[in-house]
Amino acid sequence: MGANIADQNEGKTWDGGSTRPMGASYGKMMMWFFIVSDALTFSGFLAAYGLTRFKFIDVWPIADEVFTHFPFMHGTHAPMYYVALMTFILIFSSVTMVLAVDAGHNMNKKKVTFYMFLTIIGGIIFVGSQAWEWKNFIQGSYGAVQLKDGKIVQFAENGHQIALADFVTSHPKERVDHTRHNGLWFESGDANPTYTVEEVVASFKANPQVNLRIEKIDPETKKKIIVSRSEGLKFLSQAARVVEGANLEVNEYGSSQFADFFFFITGFHGFHVFSGIVLNIIIFFNVIIGTYEKRGHYEMVEKVGLYWHFVDLVWVFVFTFFYLV
Amino acid sequence: MGNAADHKALIWKVFGILSAITIVEVALGIVKPEFLFTTQFLGTSLLNSLFLILTIVKAYYIVWYFMHLGDEKKNFKYSIVLPLVILIPYLATLLIIEGSYVHDVLAPYINWKY
Repeated sequence: MGANIADQNEGKTWDGGSTRPMGASYGKMMMWFFIVSDALTFSGFLAAYGLTRFKFIDVWPIADEVFTHFPFMHGTHAPMYYVALMTFILIFSSVTMVLAVDAGHNMNKKKVTFYMFLTIIGGIIFVGSQAWEWKNFIQGSYGAVQLKDGKIVQFAENGHQIALADFVTSHPKERVDHTRHNGLWFESGDANPTYTVEEVVASFKANPQVNLRIEKIDPETKKKIIVSRSEGLKFLSQAARVVEGANLEVNEYGSSQFADFFFFITGFHGFHVFSGIVLNIIIFFNVIIGTYEKRGHYEMVEKVGLYWHFVDLVWVFVFTFFYLV
Repeated sequence: MGNAADHKALIWKVFGILSAITIVEVALGIVKPEFLFTTQFLGTSLLNSLFLILTIVKAYYIVWYFMHLGDEKKNFKYSIVLPLVILIPYLATLLIIEGSYVHDVLAPYINWKY
């Protein structure tokens, strides 16, 4: 047996003796250092988001016009209530986690089990909520038209944004959705949008109360500019396609980079939550079978707790930069 | 390390603070008080600066009380906090200044008249 193998330390946390640098155990310190590096990764992403946002500061989508859905309340305008709820869920699961750590200090196996269980449930609810948020974002709620140069124009009535479905009348379509099953030489193609560009333009002309809303933000009121009817028609003469919802290439809310950053950062965070749930479940079962009871301390719960709190911490910042600012 | 009841009380107190800050943030985000929303200061609105400060306060409570960094030894605390406090504002400041600059250069070239 090699004397230099790391686990040859007679149950001591650090190899080479019982000195604990900075009074922390090896595992806890390494978890902290991992958290520092992961925090820098997230700051890099959020700072890149900041750069892009300041680069497009006069056309960036306004968050509380984008995230307006709340479960079981269709059609109501509920800006940010849902993310606020998600924030509470995550903060609460942080509380149950810290209660589990606390119970671990008192060697109370029953309470650690109970609080770990609540934490896992909280995490699952959070990831589910995030999936629902993504679903709404991907489906979109209003629909918009993209111009030939890539700008997005939306529609408004009495100063409020309206959906395409509110004023566009559609006609039976000639084009069918081509797939691999009915195409002769099919490689790829866009899905048919609900309305064609021609239908949208014709309905815009037919409904004089509808106005065009462009991406540009009025610096005085900090609201998206609504242009006059005649100007709107000029914009629509450049219409290229109808956009519904969001994907990585185009989205109905405006700048495509907004959706890209949203998917990337909330997705990266969601994956952290998912990993946290998996780690919590592993520790949860270890608690149940009494691993830490035998070991004499619940430090493992503390370490996984650090990670879980970190995930909550990152969400606090994501919440601020994507939804509030 | 105080006794168990003290710890529990502290946890719930911190939960109360975090919840209160979140509620204030959401309320401000929905109401958008005119004065805070339109006053520009250091390149952004006062409201945004306020959100940033409240977020950092929340981060402090999570790290100090939930992650128990406050109970660690002084040198350990600094080895965690200092790299973040130095590097993140540095990176963010540079990128945001650059972003504004790119905007100032490019925005005049975007056509809004057809």
